[in-house]
Amino acid sequence: MKPHSNRAWLLVLPVVALVAFSGVIPMMMVVNYSVQDTFGNNEFFWNGLGWFRELLDPSTEFGGRFLDALWRSLLFSAICLAIQIPLGIAVALTMPRRGLALAFCLVAMALPLLIPWNVVGTIWQVFVRGDIGLLGHALNRLGLAFNYTQVPLHAWITIIAMDVWHWTSLVALLCYAGLRAIPDAYYQAARIDGASSWAVFRSIQLPKLRRVLTIAVLLRFMDSFMIYTEPFVVTGGGPGNATTFLSIDLVKIALGQFDLGKAAAMSIVYNLIILTLCWVFFATTTRGDADAAR
Amino acid sequence: MSASVARAEAVRRPAAAPAAASGAWASRLGLALYLLFLAVPIYWLVNMSLKTNFEISSGMTLWPREPTLDNYRRIFTDSSWYSGYINSLTYVALNTVISLLAALPAAYAFSRYRFLGDKHLFFWLLSNRMAPPAVFALPFFQLYSAVGLFDTPLAVALAHCVFNIPLAVWILEGFMSGVPREIDETAAIDGYSFPHFFMKIFMPLIAGGVGVAGFFCFMFSWVELLLARTLTTVDAKPIAATMTRTVSAAGMDWGLLAAAGTLTIIPGAVVIWFVRNHIARGFALGRV
Repeated sequence: MKPHSNRAWLLVLPVVALVAFSGVIPMMMVVNYSVQDTFGNNEFFWNGLGWFRELLDPSTEFGGRFLDALWRSLLFSAICLAIQIPLGIAVALTMPRRGLALAFCLVAMALPLLIPWNVVGTIWQVFVRGDIGLLGHALNRLGLAFNYTQVPLHAWITIIAMDVWHWTSLVALLCYAGLRAIPDAYYQAARIDGASSWAVFRSIQLPKLRRVLTIAVLLRFMDSFMIYTEPFVVTGGGPGNATTFLSIDLVKIALGQFDLGKAAAMSIVYNLIILTLCWVFFATTTRGDADAAR
Repeated sequence: MSASVARAEAVRRPAAAPAAASGAWASRLGLALYLLFLAVPIYWLVNMSLKTNFEISSGMTLWPREPTLDNYRRIFTDSSWYSGYINSLTYVALNTVISLLAALPAAYAFSRYRFLGDKHLFFWLLSNRMAPPAVFALPFFQLYSAVGLFDTPLAVALAHCVFNIPLAVWILEGFMSGVPREIDETAAIDGYSFPHFFMKIFMPLIAGGVGVAGFFCFMFSWVELLLARTLTTVDAKPIAATMTRTVSAAGMDWGLLAAAGTLTIIPGAVVIWFVRNHIARGFALGRV
């Protein structure tokens, strides 16, 4: 049991101060805006919960727009998780265990994770364009009229392929770390029992991956739900509004139209959705596993 | 296809885990295809950066027919280009140092003591990692203008603390909890003062964790652009934002854009090479 000491607060103080400055003060400013309206000239007046009421009422223009963007974001996150988690596990299972091959694998896989997000967008833009992109050109030569700037479905495929390219390695590396932590004795026991590789995966590897998979799902959900830069570079939210995710819509409202009240109300609801979904997921996966709570 | 099979041979060695012999080939091929999928878009960017704009726009060539370094030369001789790299690296380094210095004592407190509101504080910290940067874009602009930090690398470094400090605390706490508390107690009995113990005994034990936390701070600060772009205009503009300059009246300067993009990949690649042996555990945030 850890000793109780409130003097430990002194050690936490710098972190609290920094995060308060960079996180809490801006959030308070957002809350402040969300309950006010303005006609410009820095003159604000009280609007109460007006913005929130409009936002959460799908029959208004603003509310409908929010709901559409929310569905797009949820769908995007769901597809990303559905592809990246199984694919990441599969890649982790096939990775070499030692030597130069492993080092090569690790470096090659980590590389996309360290490319600035707008460069990721640029890479995929120049990769899928019909005129100068390898993939776009090849698809067009095969007779497929691939055009991600015109056809919503093609834009979606492009962005999902980009996200799979960008982030699957994170899941794979997490799972790889989890697999490495399984003692050899487990495999030896399985071999003695004559277990098939599917049985080994199902009853040894997958259960042991639970904790890293929790981290993977949380990180991937948060980041895919907050995605902004990459789709913005590739599609700019288009064609039409087909790939306008919540972040893109929020920045449009906040910095494009300078609708501070609306943007602030949307920010708060957006943030609360992420917090709630993460909390629900976390609470359900770690139930009865108090040790994993931290 | 034969190329990827040859690559599978090079990449894959016998695994310790049991794998059916027939399945082994399929999985090697799968891994090779995955690595190929990762490599091709990057190859295309590098390929494009070595071409002239004429060659890019005049048709498909799988490799540069007349390789040229002109695009790179233009970046390295134009200060508005290369200062972008310096700005980016400055705020990334600042952010990594600030995050680690603040997170080390906090992570120690979380891993060694119970105190009033510790669990709530920990989750509150992590909840900041879940706030979309888009939410902060607008208030940050006003906050940093108000305190006179706007358009400085320090502003971006502090802004990135919102998501990097929680992450650094989380990672370091994981690594520190792996060090038995008896070590602290023994050192205290042996007459080490706390700072002396922390620097001389404790730090070497969690050096791997510090490296991993630093790596993650570097990574998320280096790749983030929305906040970095919002908080800078001229003096501290990051390279990733400078890249948007390649759109001009004469159309897109694809070669230059590709060269700038390629150059942003290099710092990450260098960092990965140094930490490659810790990557796997690091990505599990010290919790395996």
